Amino acid sequence: MPGVKVDQEKCIGCKSCVPICPFGAVDFNAEAKKASINDKCTSCGVCVPSCPVEAIFSDIKIVTDLSQYRDVWVFAEHRDGRLAKVGLQLLGCATGLAKDVGQRTCAVLLGHKVERMAKDLIAHGADVVYYVDAPELEQYRFDTYTKAMVELVRKHLPNMFIMGATHIGRDLAPRVSRRLNAGLTADCTELTIDPQTKLLKMTRPAFGGNIMATILCPNTRPQMSTVRPGIMKSLEPDPHRKGEVVKERVEFSQRDMLVEIVKVVKEHKHLANLEEARIIVSGGRGVGSAEGFSVIKELADVLGGEVGGSRVAVEKGWISQDHQVGQTGKSVRPDLYIACGISGSIQHRAGMQTSGCIVAINKDPDAYIFKVADLGIVGDLHNIVPMLAEAFKQELGK
Amino acid sequence: MNIVVCIKQVPDTTDVKIDPKTGTLIREGVPSIINPDDRHALEEGLRLKERFGGRVVVLSMGPPQAMDALMEAKAMGADQCYLISDRAFAGADTLATSYSLMKSVQAVGAWDIVICGRQAIDGDTAQIGPQMAEALGVPHVSYCIEIAVDEDGKGVTAKRELEDGYEVIKTKLPALFTVIKDINKPRYPSVRGIVSVCRNCDVQTWTAKDIAASPKMIGLNGSPTQVARTFAPEPKGQGVVLKGEPEAVVKELVKRLREKNVVRVR
Amino acid sequence: MDFALSKEQQMLQQMVRDFAQKEIEPIASDLDKEGRFPEEIIKKLGELGIMGMTVPKEYGGAGADTVSYTIAIEEISRACASTGIAVSVNNSLACFPILAFGTEPQRQRFLVPLARGEKLGAFGLTEPSAGSDAAMQQTVAVKKGDGYVVNGIKHFITNASRADTYIVFAMEDRTKGTRGISAFILEKGDPGFSFGTIEDKLGIRASVTAELIFEDCRIPADRLLGESGKGFKIAMSTLDGGRIGVASQALGIAQAALDRSIRFAKEREQFGKPIAALGAIQEAIANMATEVEAARMLVRYAAWCKDTKRPYTAPAAMAKLFASETAMKVATKAIQVHGGYGYMKDYPVERYFRDAKITELYEGTSEIQRLVIALNVIK
Repeated sequence: MPGVKVDQEKCIGCKSCVPICPFGAVDFNAEAKKASINDKCTSCGVCVPSCPVEAIFSDIKIVTDLSQYRDVWVFAEHRDGRLAKVGLQLLGCATGLAKDVGQRTCAVLLGHKVERMAKDLIAHGADVVYYVDAPELEQYRFDTYTKAMVELVRKHLPNMFIMGATHIGRDLAPRVSRRLNAGLTADCTELTIDPQTKLLKMTRPAFGGNIMATILCPNTRPQMSTVRPGIMKSLEPDPHRKGEVVKERVEFSQRDMLVEIVKVVKEHKHLANLEEARIIVSGGRGVGSAEGFSVIKELADVLGGEVGGSRVAVEKGWISQDHQVGQTGKSVRPDLYIACGISGSIQHRAGMQTSGCIVAINKDPDAYIFKVADLGIVGDLHNIVPMLAEAFKQELGK
Repeated sequence: MNIVVCIKQVPDTTDVKIDPKTGTLIREGVPSIINPDDRHALEEGLRLKERFGGRVVVLSMGPPQAMDALMEAKAMGADQCYLISDRAFAGADTLATSYSLMKSVQAVGAWDIVICGRQAIDGDTAQIGPQMAEALGVPHVSYCIEIAVDEDGKGVTAKRELEDGYEVIKTKLPALFTVIKDINKPRYPSVRGIVSVCRNCDVQTWTAKDIAASPKMIGLNGSPTQVARTFAPEPKGQGVVLKGEPEAVVKELVKRLREKNVVRVR
Repeated sequence: MDFALSKEQQMLQQMVRDFAQKEIEPIASDLDKEGRFPEEIIKKLGELGIMGMTVPKEYGGAGADTVSYTIAIEEISRACASTGIAVSVNNSLACFPILAFGTEPQRQRFLVPLARGEKLGAFGLTEPSAGSDAAMQQTVAVKKGDGYVVNGIKHFITNASRADTYIVFAMEDRTKGTRGISAFILEKGDPGFSFGTIEDKLGIRASVTAELIFEDCRIPADRLLGESGKGFKIAMSTLDGGRIGVASQALGIAQAALDRSIRFAKEREQFGKPIAALGAIQEAIANMATEVEAARMLVRYAAWCKDTKRPYTAPAAMAKLFASETAMKVATKAIQVHGGYGYMKDYPVERYFRDAKITELYEGTSEIQRLVIALNVIK
């Protein structure tokens, strides 16, 4: 039911409201000369001030005084009964932002029977956890989650609202922002508070990462943003931290369920081909044998990357041809290319030199590869690579 | 079936370079292409038409040169193409753009399904699809790797990609879907298609007035977010060979790679 | 004088370039190594309408102009010269003569499937004793009953054994000299028509080249193409267009060789800098670039003459002569720019070198082209 109504008595049939409505939600009855609001209404409230006789009223308060919007909110995503790391990372970031504006850090937890997660959220920095429990929220779905989120926002008026730029976040945040008519900035890599204006400064890459842009949202609230997972750092959890858990009720009906989730299938994605890989760990002559490649594979696994090989490694049968990188072989452009025991011949370089970050590990300090590498270690890969794998295992396990 | 596909013309970002002094993009000499995800959306629309009959209407919001993208869409087999172009749209963020596109879809008339690419390679936001669906008041499914329309053409069973698998979602039409490249392999425009569209170009342009757009909701006026500044990302710089004992250099390498954010917690 | 491509030509160029770079380029080296005919590629090109690009729409073609056609052959050949010639033969040597000289029933029956890419065509003129001396046709066609019986051998025929439709030339009346030669349409499966040795070639190894063998091959009367005795004229007229195709193929090879040379010169460092900074390399590349551009102008000019219904025999011969000699020069120089690496099969320039050579030989050797030009110019 639309939250905006036209008082049929007051309406003088001037039609001022009809073209104003962005969503075509104002019907005009030409005979009766009266306007009315239909189902398309999103309660944006833009029509309310357009009526010369104040015949339009909204039972949803559209608060235009920006100072009324307070606190930094974080969407606490969870899956399979566990809080997603990104939510905890965002709490770490949010506490910093909240401090800069002198407001609170709040987590939004939507789900079914997941109240126990609230404690963990508080331990990770939430001052308040707004929790909505409903079977309709058990699994993420855009319709019920958008409804719940929008109701919470309209009730509590947060200043800022950040979500992880995950498959869920990137599905939910735009829907919520449109319903709230609030600005949303996607995939932020940095969030800070402007010391003068106290506005949220949202920095993000564009044009495939070729350019960085800092975005502001001065006139709408909440200032919304999605943040890439793995960018922010979560706080060390403090189990003794105190916080408030506020249980909120949101009513759902069949009308709110617009989709049906038939099933969720977990699968180990088939190996992305090298051309799509974000990280490649590659071995060359220095690897020495097929067995030697096991350390390359281990590092690749730890980093979530693919294994590559130079022409020599393939010809010697240490690794199969579909892993070959180079002039004959694949051209790759990952964010990270770790070249182990690879000299850096022009044939090999032709296949990988436009990689985002090139790391070279080679015994020979004069190997050409060091000329194109961003970072290099002179050493025996059989020593260095396992150490690297172990170090990353620890680092990423955190 | 009445199929609407939204496409965007974008610079080919693999070729884009940034002027380090001004922090702005050097667009000169950079070819313009149909946004890759949108090409897959168009292909999906064409396949639906091949199966169910009906028409494929393609919309693109952009400056006059976006006409090229629409001509290509027509050459691929679209029935009607409309360029949504007006100075008043300039400066639009995704909220304002989603409003304008929503009005354009409504201007097309009766429609059963809207298909968009997941995200554009220049903006990289992936916001337009879901925001459009909300504005249109219909359900949406994003990250689709499969869109299976029921025999009766009234509902869809879609496969939506997740980080670690996929989910199967059913919804009734009308609805909006955003697709990713795994969904299909787009066709190339045929020679006939190209000859036909060049000798008989009937791509129309719609202005803000043609789509009955409210001036407050479009362009800069309708954009809650604004760009404060743009700048070049950290330049590559000289390579560094780390020196020291193995333990120390390994630790240093891990630290630097984390700082560069090329290795992330999954 | 407008040197710019029209919108239609630009769009076609972009489409064929995308296709060639994404679908053909990645497998071109393997096709060459394995000597494998690009069947799947030809099928896709047929679906896109490239196999009958300039054939009018009513005969299953796309109705594009000749300039667009040269652009398409160039872009395809840039990726794979073998695919380029397969497409060129189909368009220029098979579709064209049926369109120009065929009866309406012949066009419907033979031209439409060729233009649609449903069938592949070939051109059977050359014989062991009749190469440059094309008039020395030993293959004979004797009228018998309500048809013809053909006997003889054609060799070095591109697309042979894969093609379905063959334009074959045979002597009907030796007493009339060249005016005794007639053109016929033959089909794979005609009784007495078989294929001989598939040639093992230096280059364009993914193109299939074989003998056509006619042993009392019986064909019905409606297979005569054009008038009896007009075969030689049909052949020469067809080859004019074919030369534009080969010129485009050569241009594509030359462009590919030039592109690779520039890329390598930027990447390869010697004496502390990229070799692109060295005078010798700059000179070499400058010459290559100039020659390729000049070849392109001649190819487009010949195509323009054909499109505007101007005489195009001499322009086509000039384009073919110049583009093929340019391809050979540029490909040779490309290997030189690559140094030792150019000699290795890791890099594609050795393939361009091997592919380029045939363009100086088929559809009229360079010597024949010079003869044609001289006869046209010295009046």
